[in-house]
Amino acid sequence: MNKQMTAAQVVAQLKDGMTIGIGGWGPRRKPMALVREILRSDLKDLTIVSYGGADVGMLCAAGKVKKVVFAFVSLDFIPLEPYFREARQSGAIDVMEIDEGMMLLGLRAAAWGIPFIPTEVGLGTDVINKNSAIKVIDSPYDDKEWVAMPALKLDASLLHVDKADVRGVCQIAGPDHYMDDWFARAAAKTYVSCDELVETAYFHDPAQARMVHWERSATTGVVPIAGGAHPSSCSPLYGFDVPHFKAYVASAKEEGGFKGYCDKFLGASEAEYQKNVGGLDAIRSIALPTY
Amino acid sequence: MTAATDYTLAELCIVAASQAFANDGEVLATGIGVIPRLAASLAMKTSNTDLMMTDSEAWMLSEPNPIGNRPADFVPALESWMGFSRIFDNVWSGKRHAMLGPTQIDRFGQSNTSALGGTYEKPKTMMLGARGFPGNSISHPNSFFVPEHNSRVFMDGECDFVSSIGYNPARLPKGHKLDDVDIRLVITNLCVMDFGGPNHQIRLVSLHPGVTAEQVQQNTGYPVHIPAEVPVTAAPTVEQLAVIAALDPHNQRAQQIKDNPPGIRA
Repeated sequence: MNKQMTAAQVVAQLKDGMTIGIGGWGPRRKPMALVREILRSDLKDLTIVSYGGADVGMLCAAGKVKKVVFAFVSLDFIPLEPYFREARQSGAIDVMEIDEGMMLLGLRAAAWGIPFIPTEVGLGTDVINKNSAIKVIDSPYDDKEWVAMPALKLDASLLHVDKADVRGVCQIAGPDHYMDDWFARAAAKTYVSCDELVETAYFHDPAQARMVHWERSATTGVVPIAGGAHPSSCSPLYGFDVPHFKAYVASAKEEGGFKGYCDKFLGASEAEYQKNVGGLDAIRSIALPTY
Repeated sequence: MTAATDYTLAELCIVAASQAFANDGEVLATGIGVIPRLAASLAMKTSNTDLMMTDSEAWMLSEPNPIGNRPADFVPALESWMGFSRIFDNVWSGKRHAMLGPTQIDRFGQSNTSALGGTYEKPKTMMLGARGFPGNSISHPNSFFVPEHNSRVFMDGECDFVSSIGYNPARLPKGHKLDDVDIRLVITNLCVMDFGGPNHQIRLVSLHPGVTAEQVQQNTGYPVHIPAEVPVTAAPTVEQLAVIAALDPHNQRAQQIKDNPPGIRA
Protein backbone atom coordinates (compact mmCIF):
# COMPACT_ATOMS: atom_id res chain seq x y z
CA MET A 1 0.00 0.00 0.00
CA ASN A 2 1.42 3.38 -0.99
CA LYS A 3 0.61 5.92 1.74
CA GLN A 4 2.60 8.82 0.35
CA MET A 5 0.72 12.10 0.36
CA THR A 6 1.31 15.84 0.51
CA ALA A 7 0.90 18.14 3.49
CA ALA A 8 -2.06 19.76 1.77
CA GLN A 9 -3.70 16.35 1.34
CA VAL A 10 -3.18 15.67 5.06
CA VAL A 11 -4.81 18.93 6.07
CA ALA A 12 -7.69 18.25 3.67
CA GLN A 13 -8.40 15.13 5.75
CA LEU A 14 -8.73 17.19 8.94
CA LYS A 15 -12.02 18.77 9.96
CA ASP A 16 -13.05 21.64 12.18
CA GLY A 17 -13.50 20.55 15.79
CA MET A 18 -11.22 17.54 15.58
CA THR A 19 -8.98 16.39 18.42
CA ILE A 20 -5.44 16.30 17.10
CA GLY A 21 -2.38 14.86 18.80
CA ILE A 22 1.01 16.33 17.95
CA GLY A 23 4.16 14.30 18.59
CA GLY A 24 7.58 15.44 19.72
CA TRP A 25 8.43 17.25 22.93
CA GLY A 26 8.77 21.02 23.48
CA PRO A 27 11.22 22.22 20.79
CA ARG A 28 12.12 18.70 19.66
CA ARG A 29 11.00 16.73 16.59
CA LYS A 30 7.70 18.51 16.04
CA PRO A 31 5.86 18.02 12.73
CA MET A 32 6.14 21.75 12.11
CA ALA A 33 5.67 21.62 8.33
CA LEU A 34 2.27 19.95 8.90
CA VAL A 35 1.48 22.54 11.58
CA ARG A 36 2.38 25.28 9.09
CA GLU A 37 0.02 23.73 6.55
CA ILE A 38 -2.75 24.01 9.16
CA LEU A 39 -1.77 27.66 9.68
CA ARG A 40 -2.31 28.19 5.92
CA SER A 41 -5.72 26.48 6.03
CA ASP A 42 -9.11 27.59 7.35
CA LEU A 43 -9.29 24.78 9.93
CA LYS A 44 -10.60 25.90 13.33
CA ASP A 45 -11.94 24.84 16.73
CA LEU A 46 -9.27 22.19 17.15
CA THR A 47 -8.50 20.41 20.40
CA ILE A 48 -4.74 19.91 20.54
CA VAL A 49 -3.07 17.21 22.66
CA SER A 50 0.66 17.81 22.89
CA TYR A 51 3.83 17.87 24.93
CA GLY A 52 3.71 21.39 23.72
CA GLY A 53 6.13 23.77 22.13
CA ALA A 54 5.77 26.27 19.29
CA ASP A 55 3.29 23.87 17.63
CA VAL A 56 0.76 24.77 20.32
CA GLY A 57 1.79 28.42 20.48
CA MET A 58 1.47 28.97 16.71
CA LEU A 59 -1.89 27.22 16.43
CA CYS A 60 -3.21 29.28 19.37
CA ALA A 61 -1.86 32.50 17.88
CA ALA A 62 -3.54 31.70 14.55
CA GLY A 63 -6.91 31.19 16.23
CA LYS A 64 -7.09 27.52 15.29
CA VAL A 65 -7.52 26.20 18.81
CA LYS A 66 -10.57 25.71 20.99
CA LYS A 67 -8.87 23.64 23.68
CA VAL A 68 -5.38 22.49 24.64
CA VAL A 69 -4.70 19.28 26.55
CA PHE A 70 -1.26 19.83 28.03
CA ALA A 71 1.19 19.25 30.86
CA PHE A 72 3.47 22.03 29.68
CA VAL A 73 3.96 24.31 26.73
CA SER A 74 7.60 25.34 26.61
CA LEU A 75 10.54 25.93 24.29
CA ASP A 76 12.88 24.47 26.97
CA PHE A 77 15.79 26.87 26.54
CA ILE A 78 13.17 29.63 26.53
CA PRO A 79 10.93 28.30 29.30
CA LEU A 80 7.71 30.12 28.48
CA GLU A 81 5.90 29.89 25.13
CA PRO A 82 4.76 33.45 24.36
CA TYR A 83 1.66 32.76 22.27
CA PHE A 84 0.38 30.00 24.51
CA ARG A 85 0.73 32.43 27.41
CA GLU A 86 -1.20 35.07 25.49
CA ALA A 87 -3.95 32.59 24.75
CA ARG A 88 -4.16 31.51 28.40
CA GLN A 89 -3.89 35.01 29.84
CA SER A 90 -6.61 36.35 27.57
CA GLY A 91 -8.91 33.43 28.37
CA ALA A 92 -9.07 32.58 24.67
CA ILE A 93 -8.78 28.80 25.04
CA ASP A 94 -10.21 25.99 27.13
CA VAL A 95 -7.66 23.73 28.75
CA MET A 96 -7.26 20.30 30.22
CA GLU A 97 -4.06 20.65 32.24
CA ILE A 98 -2.63 17.31 33.30
CA ASP A 99 0.61 15.71 34.45
CA GLU A 100 3.09 14.56 31.77
CA GLY A 101 2.63 10.96 32.84
CA MET A 102 -1.17 11.28 32.87
CA MET A 103 -1.00 12.25 29.21
CA LEU A 104 0.98 9.08 28.51
CA LEU A 105 -1.65 7.03 30.35
CA GLY A 106 -4.48 8.75 28.48
CA LEU A 107 -2.83 7.94 25.15
CA ARG A 108 -2.26 4.34 26.23
CA ALA A 109 -5.88 3.97 27.29
CA ALA A 110 -6.98 5.26 23.89
CA ALA A 111 -4.50 2.96 22.14
CA TRP A 112 -5.70 -0.06 24.11
CA GLY A 113 -9.40 0.71 23.66
CA ILE A 114 -10.13 1.05 27.38
CA PRO A 115 -12.00 4.01 28.94
CA PHE A 116 -9.41 4.89 31.58
CA ILE A 117 -6.27 3.80 33.40
CA PRO A 118 -6.16 4.06 37.19
CA THR A 119 -3.27 5.99 38.68
CA GLU A 120 -2.42 7.90 41.82
CA VAL A 121 -0.94 10.68 39.71
CA GLY A 122 -2.91 13.88 40.16
CA LEU A 123 -4.34 13.10 43.59
CA GLY A 124 -4.26 16.09 45.93
CA THR A 125 -3.50 18.55 43.11
CA ASP A 126 -5.39 20.96 40.89
CA VAL A 127 -5.04 18.80 37.79
CA ILE A 128 -7.95 16.95 39.39
CA ASN A 129 -9.75 19.91 40.98
CA LYS A 130 -9.71 22.00 37.79
CA ASN A 131 -10.73 19.14 35.50
CA SER A 132 -14.30 18.04 36.08
CA ALA A 133 -13.85 15.55 33.23
CA ILE A 134 -11.28 13.57 35.23
CA LYS A 135 -12.92 11.37 37.84
CA VAL A 136 -11.54 9.97 41.06
CA ILE A 137 -12.84 6.48 41.78
CA ASP A 138 -12.81 3.80 44.48
CA SER A 139 -10.82 0.66 43.88
CA PRO A 140 -12.33 -2.82 43.96
CA TYR A 141 -9.06 -4.04 45.47
CA ASP A 142 -8.10 -1.59 48.21
CA ASP A 143 -9.50 1.27 50.31
CA LYS A 144 -7.77 4.06 48.44
CA GLU A 145 -9.14 6.42 45.83
CA TRP A 146 -7.53 6.52 42.41
CA VAL A 147 -7.53 8.88 39.48
CA ALA A 148 -9.32 7.35 36.48
CA MET A 149 -7.24 8.94 33.73
CA PRO A 150 -9.60 8.97 30.73
CA ALA A 151 -8.57 7.77 27.29
CA LEU A 152 -7.32 10.63 25.13
CA LYS A 153 -8.88 9.50 21.88
CA LEU A 154 -7.43 11.37 18.93
CA ASP A 155 -9.11 11.91 15.58
CA ALA A 156 -5.67 12.36 14.08
CA SER A 157 -2.02 12.48 15.10
CA LEU A 158 0.69 14.47 13.36
CA LEU A 159 4.26 13.20 13.79
CA HIS A 160 7.68 13.86 12.29
CA VAL A 161 10.33 11.16 11.88
CA ASP A 162 13.75 10.87 10.25
CA LYS A 163 12.99 8.16 7.74
CA ALA A 164 9.97 6.30 6.42
CA ASP A 165 9.00 4.16 3.49
CA VAL A 166 5.80 4.72 1.50
CA ARG A 167 4.13 1.83 3.32
CA GLY A 168 4.34 3.73 6.62
CA VAL A 169 7.32 2.07 8.28
CA CYS A 170 8.74 4.98 10.28
CA GLN A 171 12.15 5.28 11.88
CA ILE A 172 13.21 7.60 14.69
CA ALA A 173 16.99 7.37 14.89
CA GLY A 174 17.33 10.18 17.41
CA PRO A 175 17.88 9.14 21.01
CA ASP A 176 14.24 9.53 22.06
CA HIS A 177 11.02 8.75 20.25
CA TYR A 178 9.17 10.54 23.10
CA MET A 179 5.53 9.39 23.18
CA ASP A 180 5.17 9.30 19.39
CA ASP A 181 4.40 5.58 19.37
CA TRP A 182 1.46 6.22 21.70
CA PHE A 183 0.27 9.20 19.66
CA ALA A 184 0.33 6.90 16.61
CA ARG A 185 -1.65 4.20 18.40
CA ALA A 186 -4.12 6.55 20.11
CA ALA A 187 -5.29 8.15 16.87
CA ALA A 188 -7.86 7.07 14.29
CA LYS A 189 -5.52 8.46 11.60
CA THR A 190 -1.80 9.12 11.92
CA TYR A 191 0.01 11.34 9.44
CA VAL A 192 3.79 11.27 9.53
CA SER A 193 6.14 13.71 7.85
CA CYS A 194 9.65 12.39 7.30
CA ASP A 195 12.98 13.98 6.56
CA GLU A 196 13.84 11.22 4.11
CA LEU A 197 11.84 8.67 2.15
CA VAL A 198 13.65 5.32 1.96
CA GLU A 199 13.11 2.00 0.23
CA THR A 200 11.65 -0.80 2.36
CA ALA A 201 14.94 -2.69 2.01
CA TYR A 202 16.52 -0.04 4.21
CA PHE A 203 14.82 -1.65 7.20
CA HIS A 204 16.09 -5.16 6.47
CA ASP A 205 19.14 -4.28 8.56
CA PRO A 206 18.19 -5.16 12.17
CA ALA A 207 20.04 -2.09 13.49
CA GLN A 208 17.66 0.06 11.41
CA ALA A 209 14.55 -2.02 12.13
CA ARG A 210 15.26 -1.67 15.88
CA MET A 211 14.53 2.06 15.61
CA VAL A 212 10.99 1.54 14.27
CA HIS A 213 8.63 2.08 17.19
CA TRP A 214 5.20 1.23 15.82
CA GLU A 215 3.84 -1.00 13.06
CA ARG A 216 2.95 0.45 9.68
CA SER A 217 -0.75 -0.35 10.29
CA ALA A 218 -0.70 2.60 12.72
CA THR A 219 0.51 4.96 9.98
CA THR A 220 -2.15 6.43 7.69
CA GLY A 221 -0.09 8.76 5.55
CA VAL A 222 3.56 9.53 4.88
CA VAL A 223 4.64 13.00 3.78
CA PRO A 224 8.26 13.44 2.71
CA ILE A 225 9.37 16.90 3.85
CA ALA A 226 13.12 17.27 4.34
CA GLY A 227 13.71 19.72 7.18
CA GLY A 228 10.04 19.46 8.12
CA ALA A 229 10.67 19.68 11.87
CA HIS A 230 12.24 23.14 11.63
CA PRO A 231 12.51 25.22 13.81
CA SER A 232 12.31 22.25 16.20
CA SER A 233 15.07 19.65 16.15
CA CYS A 234 15.25 16.31 14.40
CA SER A 235 18.18 14.57 16.06
CA PRO A 236 20.53 13.30 14.69
CA LEU A 237 19.91 15.33 11.50
CA TYR A 238 19.66 18.86 12.94
CA GLY A 239 19.21 20.74 16.20
CA PHE A 240 16.60 23.33 17.02
CA ASP A 241 17.03 26.79 15.54
CA VAL A 242 17.83 29.03 18.51
CA PRO A 243 17.94 32.34 16.60
CA HIS A 244 14.68 31.50 14.84
CA PHE A 245 12.95 30.66 18.12
CA LYS A 246 14.28 33.90 19.59
CA ALA A 247 12.81 35.84 16.66
CA TYR A 248 9.54 33.96 17.10
CA VAL A 249 9.42 34.79 20.82
CA ALA A 250 10.37 38.41 20.15
CA SER A 251 7.56 38.72 17.59
CA ALA A 252 5.02 38.39 20.41
CA LYS A 253 6.22 41.72 21.79
CA GLU A 254 6.42 43.45 18.42
CA GLU A 255 3.64 45.44 16.84
CA GLY A 256 2.86 42.93 14.12
CA GLY A 257 2.73 40.03 16.61
CA PHE A 258 2.20 36.59 15.14
CA LYS A 259 0.98 38.04 11.86
CA GLY A 260 4.34 39.78 11.55
CA TYR A 261 6.09 36.45 12.15
CA CYS A 262 3.93 34.75 9.50
CA ASP A 263 4.42 37.56 6.99
CA LYS A 264 8.14 37.17 7.37
CA PHE A 265 8.45 33.40 7.38
CA LEU A 266 5.35 31.29 6.71
CA GLY A 267 5.03 31.69 2.94
CA ALA A 268 2.41 30.04 0.74
CA SER A 269 4.21 26.69 0.75
CA GLU A 270 6.90 24.79 2.61
CA ALA A 271 9.33 25.63 -0.20
CA GLU A 272 8.72 29.33 0.40
CA TYR A 273 9.06 28.85 4.14
CA GLN A 274 12.40 27.13 3.76
CA LYS A 275 13.60 29.86 1.43
CA ASN A 276 12.58 32.43 4.07
CA VAL A 277 14.59 30.67 6.80
CA GLY A 278 17.74 30.22 4.74
CA GLY A 279 17.15 26.95 2.92
CA LEU A 280 17.40 23.26 3.66
CA ASP A 281 21.19 23.25 3.87
CA ALA A 282 21.01 25.88 6.58
CA ILE A 283 18.42 23.82 8.49
CA ARG A 284 20.48 20.67 8.15
CA SER A 285 23.58 22.46 9.45
CA ILE A 286 22.05 23.52 12.78
CA ALA A 287 24.10 21.94 15.56
CA LEU A 288 22.48 19.53 17.98
CA PRO A 289 21.90 20.97 21.47
CA THR A 290 24.09 20.05 24.44
CA TYR A 291 22.17 19.12 27.58
CA MET B 1 38.60 17.00 54.16
CA THR B 2 39.46 20.66 54.54
CA ALA B 3 36.74 23.29 54.96
CA ALA B 4 37.10 26.00 52.34
CA THR B 5 37.16 29.64 53.40
CA ASP B 6 36.59 31.17 49.99
CA TYR B 7 33.45 30.00 48.20
CA THR B 8 30.37 31.47 46.59
CA LEU B 9 26.82 31.27 47.85
CA ALA B 10 26.00 29.15 44.80
CA GLU B 11 28.69 26.66 45.80
CA LEU B 12 27.39 26.61 49.38
CA CYS B 13 23.89 25.89 48.04
CA ILE B 14 25.20 23.11 45.77
CA VAL B 15 26.90 21.40 48.68
CA ALA B 16 23.91 21.87 50.99
CA ALA B 17 21.55 20.60 48.29
CA SER B 18 23.74 17.59 47.59
CA GLN B 19 23.03 16.47 51.17
CA ALA B 20 19.46 15.79 50.08
CA PHE B 21 20.70 12.82 48.02
CA ALA B 22 23.35 11.51 50.41
CA ASN B 23 21.24 8.77 52.00
CA ASP B 24 19.00 7.92 49.06
CA GLY B 25 20.69 4.70 48.02
CA GLU B 26 20.18 3.51 44.46
CA VAL B 27 17.65 5.97 43.01
CA LEU B 28 17.48 8.24 39.99
CA ALA B 29 18.58 11.73 41.06
CA THR B 30 17.03 14.42 38.89
CA GLY B 31 18.18 17.98 39.43
CA ILE B 32 16.45 20.49 37.16
CA GLY B 33 18.47 23.67 36.75
CA VAL B 34 22.17 24.27 37.22
CA ILE B 35 22.39 24.21 41.03
CA PRO B 36 20.13 21.16 41.55
CA ARG B 37 21.90 19.28 38.75
CA LEU B 38 25.32 20.08 40.21
CA ALA B 39 24.04 19.08 43.67
CA ALA B 40 22.89 15.69 42.38
CA SER B 41 26.11 15.26 40.39
CA LEU B 42 28.26 16.15 43.41
CA ALA B 43 26.37 13.60 45.53
CA MET B 44 26.88 10.94 42.85
CA LYS B 45 30.61 11.71 42.75
CA THR B 46 31.07 11.79 46.55
CA SER B 47 28.46 10.99 49.21
CA ASN B 48 26.29 8.49 47.31
CA THR B 49 28.05 6.76 44.44
CA ASP B 50 25.03 4.43 44.00
CA LEU B 51 22.91 7.27 42.60
CA MET B 52 21.63 7.03 39.05
CA MET B 53 21.44 9.97 36.65
CA THR B 54 20.41 10.75 33.10
CA ASP B 55 22.08 13.02 30.57
CA SER B 56 18.88 15.16 30.67
CA GLU B 57 18.06 13.76 27.25
CA ALA B 58 17.63 10.03 26.74
CA TRP B 59 20.45 8.05 28.35
CA MET B 60 21.42 6.88 31.82
CA LEU B 61 24.96 7.78 32.81
CA SER B 62 27.33 5.97 35.14
CA GLU B 63 29.23 9.26 35.56
CA PRO B 64 27.54 12.69 35.55
CA ASN B 65 28.23 14.81 32.47
CA PRO B 66 29.91 18.18 33.02
CA ILE B 67 27.46 21.02 32.34
CA GLY B 68 27.58 23.01 29.12
CA ASN B 69 29.53 22.52 25.91
CA ARG B 70 31.99 19.67 26.12
CA PRO B 71 35.09 18.95 24.05
CA ALA B 72 34.48 17.25 20.70
CA ASP B 73 36.24 14.11 21.91
CA PHE B 74 34.17 13.87 25.11
CA VAL B 75 32.59 10.44 25.54
CA PRO B 76 29.62 10.32 27.95
CA ALA B 77 29.53 7.28 30.23
CA LEU B 78 26.25 5.79 28.99
CA GLU B 79 24.83 2.77 30.76
CA SER B 80 21.32 2.42 29.32
CA TRP B 81 18.65 4.02 27.19
CA MET B 82 16.28 6.17 29.26
CA GLY B 83 13.83 7.98 27.02
CA PHE B 84 11.04 10.08 28.47
CA SER B 85 8.40 7.35 28.38
CA ARG B 86 10.68 5.12 30.44
CA ILE B 87 11.25 7.91 32.96
CA PHE B 88 7.64 7.46 34.05
CA ASP B 89 8.20 3.76 34.73
CA ASN B 90 10.96 4.87 37.08
CA VAL B 91 8.90 7.72 38.61
CA TRP B 92 5.98 5.45 39.43
CA SER B 93 8.33 2.86 40.97
CA GLY B 94 9.29 5.49 43.55
CA LYS B 95 13.02 4.99 42.93
CA ARG B 96 13.69 8.63 42.17
CA HIS B 97 14.40 11.87 44.00
CA ALA B 98 13.82 15.09 42.09
CA MET B 99 14.96 18.59 43.02
CA LEU B 100 13.11 21.38 41.28
CA GLY B 101 12.41 25.08 41.56
CA PRO B 102 8.70 25.89 41.55
CA THR B 103 7.33 29.43 41.35
CA GLN B 104 5.34 29.20 44.59
CA ILE B 105 5.66 26.99 47.68
CA ASP B 106 2.91 27.35 50.28
CA ARG B 107 2.88 26.44 53.98
CA PHE B 108 1.74 22.91 53.17
CA GLY B 109 4.70 22.34 50.85
CA GLN B 110 2.32 22.42 47.88
CA SER B 111 3.95 24.03 44.88
CA ASN B 112 2.85 25.90 41.77
CA THR B 113 4.46 25.87 38.33
CA SER B 114 1.43 26.94 36.34
CA ALA B 115 -1.23 29.66 36.61
CA LEU B 116 -0.49 32.74 38.74
CA GLY B 117 -3.03 35.35 39.76
CA GLY B 118 -6.31 36.21 38.06
CA THR B 119 -8.61 33.22 37.63
CA TYR B 120 -7.68 29.76 36.44
CA GLU B 121 -9.67 30.39 33.25
CA LYS B 122 -7.81 33.64 32.68
CA PRO B 123 -4.63 33.72 34.77
CA LYS B 124 -2.65 36.92 35.15
CA THR B 125 0.56 35.05 34.39
CA MET B 126 0.80 31.63 32.79
CA MET B 127 3.95 29.71 33.62
CA LEU B 128 5.02 26.27 32.36
CA GLY B 129 2.08 24.13 33.38
CA ALA B 130 1.85 21.30 35.91
CA ARG B 131 4.63 19.39 34.08
CA GLY B 132 5.51 16.21 36.01
CA PHE B 133 4.94 17.74 39.45
CA PRO B 134 1.67 15.92 40.27
CA GLY B 135 3.21 12.52 39.54
CA ASN B 136 6.57 13.28 41.12
CA SER B 137 4.99 14.53 44.32
CA ILE B 138 2.84 11.48 44.96
CA SER B 139 5.33 8.90 43.69
CA HIS B 140 8.73 9.70 45.14
CA PRO B 141 10.73 12.08 47.38
CA ASN B 142 11.20 15.65 46.18
CA SER B 143 13.31 18.61 47.23
CA PHE B 144 13.12 22.25 46.22
CA PHE B 145 15.72 24.83 45.33
CA VAL B 146 14.79 28.53 45.51
CA PRO B 147 17.47 30.99 44.35
CA GLU B 148 15.70 34.02 45.79
CA HIS B 149 14.01 33.38 49.12
CA ASN B 150 11.10 35.81 49.44
CA SER B 151 7.44 35.91 50.39
CA ARG B 152 6.34 35.81 46.74
CA VAL B 153 7.73 32.29 46.45
CA PHE B 154 6.94 31.29 50.05
CA MET B 155 3.59 32.99 49.89
CA ASP B 156 0.77 33.54 52.34
CA GLY B 157 -2.31 31.42 51.64
CA GLU B 158 -2.53 28.47 49.29
CA CYS B 159 -0.82 28.21 45.88
CA ASP B 160 -2.86 29.75 43.07
CA PHE B 161 -2.61 26.39 41.30
CA VAL B 162 -1.50 23.28 43.18
CA SER B 163 0.91 21.40 40.91
CA SER B 164 2.30 19.10 43.58
CA ILE B 165 0.70 17.51 46.62
CA GLY B 166 1.88 18.66 50.03
CA TYR B 167 0.96 18.22 53.69
CA ASN B 168 -2.52 19.72 53.35
CA PRO B 169 -5.11 17.72 55.32
CA ALA B 170 -7.92 19.27 53.26
CA ARG B 171 -6.51 17.74 50.05
CA LEU B 172 -5.41 14.40 51.46
CA PRO B 173 -6.68 11.64 49.15
CA LYS B 174 -8.81 8.89 50.67
CA GLY B 175 -6.71 6.04 52.03
CA HIS B 176 -3.54 8.14 52.13
CA LYS B 177 -1.65 9.54 55.12
CA LEU B 178 0.11 12.88 55.26
CA ASP B 179 3.28 10.92 55.99
CA ASP B 180 2.99 9.38 52.51
CA VAL B 181 4.02 12.78 51.15
CA ASP B 182 7.80 12.99 51.17
CA ILE B 183 9.21 16.48 50.77
CA ARG B 184 12.86 16.44 51.76
CA LEU B 185 15.00 19.59 51.77
CA VAL B 186 14.21 23.13 50.71
CA ILE B 187 17.46 24.91 49.86
CA THR B 188 17.40 28.67 49.34
CA ASN B 189 19.88 31.53 49.12
CA LEU B 190 19.26 32.12 52.85
CA CYS B 191 18.97 28.74 54.48
CA VAL B 192 18.06 25.07 54.40
CA MET B 193 14.59 24.05 55.55
CA ASP B 194 12.43 20.94 55.66
CA PHE B 195 8.85 20.12 56.65
CA GLY B 196 9.88 18.44 59.91
CA GLY B 197 8.24 20.94 62.27
CA PRO B 198 5.10 20.17 64.34
CA ASN B 199 2.35 18.84 62.03
CA HIS B 200 4.68 19.06 59.04
CA GLN B 201 5.28 22.77 59.53
CA ILE B 202 8.19 24.15 57.55
CA ARG B 203 11.29 24.09 59.77
CA LEU B 204 14.63 25.83 59.68
CA VAL B 205 17.42 23.26 59.36
CA SER B 206 20.47 25.51 58.94
CA LEU B 207 21.25 29.13 58.26
CA HIS B 208 23.79 30.16 55.66
CA PRO B 209 26.72 32.14 57.13
CA GLY B 210 25.65 35.65 58.17
CA VAL B 211 21.90 35.02 57.82
CA THR B 212 19.58 35.28 60.84
CA ALA B 213 16.43 33.32 61.62
CA GLU B 214 14.57 36.65 61.66
CA GLN B 215 15.63 37.30 58.07
CA VAL B 216 14.29 33.90 57.03
CA GLN B 217 10.99 34.54 58.79
CA GLN B 218 10.68 38.03 57.31
CA ASN B 219 11.06 36.61 53.82
CA THR B 220 8.62 33.74 54.33
CA GLY B 221 4.88 34.39 54.07
CA TYR B 222 4.00 31.92 56.84
CA PRO B 223 5.45 30.90 60.21
CA VAL B 224 8.71 28.96 60.09
CA HIS B 225 9.40 26.55 62.93
CA ILE B 226 12.70 27.67 64.41
CA PRO B 227 14.38 25.17 66.74
CA ALA B 228 16.31 26.44 69.78
CA GLU B 229 19.62 25.53 68.15
CA VAL B 230 20.03 26.19 64.44
CA PRO B 231 23.44 25.34 62.99
CA VAL B 232 25.22 27.27 60.29
CA THR B 233 25.13 25.53 56.89
CA ALA B 234 28.35 23.56 56.56
CA ALA B 235 30.98 25.20 54.38
CA PRO B 236 32.03 23.31 51.24
CA THR B 237 35.26 21.38 51.55
CA VAL B 238 38.18 22.08 49.25
CA GLU B 239 37.60 18.63 47.76
CA GLN B 240 33.92 19.36 47.08
CA LEU B 241 34.78 22.65 45.39
CA ALA B 242 37.21 20.83 43.12
CA VAL B 243 34.53 18.30 42.11
CA ILE B 244 32.05 21.13 41.47
CA ALA B 245 34.58 23.02 39.33
CA ALA B 246 35.17 19.90 37.23
CA LEU B 247 31.42 19.35 36.80
CA ASP B 248 30.84 22.98 35.82
CA PRO B 249 33.88 24.00 33.75
CA HIS B 250 32.12 27.05 32.25
CA ASN B 251 31.15 28.34 35.71
CA GLN B 252 27.45 28.44 34.94
CA ARG B 253 26.90 28.32 38.70
CA ALA B 254 28.04 31.94 38.86
CA GLN B 255 24.89 32.96 36.92
CA GLN B 256 22.37 31.27 39.19
CA ILE B 257 22.05 33.59 42.20
CA LYS B 258 21.72 37.34 41.72
CA ASP B 259 25.15 39.05 41.72
CA ASN B 260 26.90 35.73 42.57
CA PRO B 261 27.57 36.72 46.20
CA PRO B 262 30.22 35.09 48.39
CA GLY B 263 29.12 32.26 50.67
CA ILE B 264 30.12 34.18 53.76
CA ARG B 265 28.14 37.39 53.69
CA ALA B 266 29.99 40.54 54.65
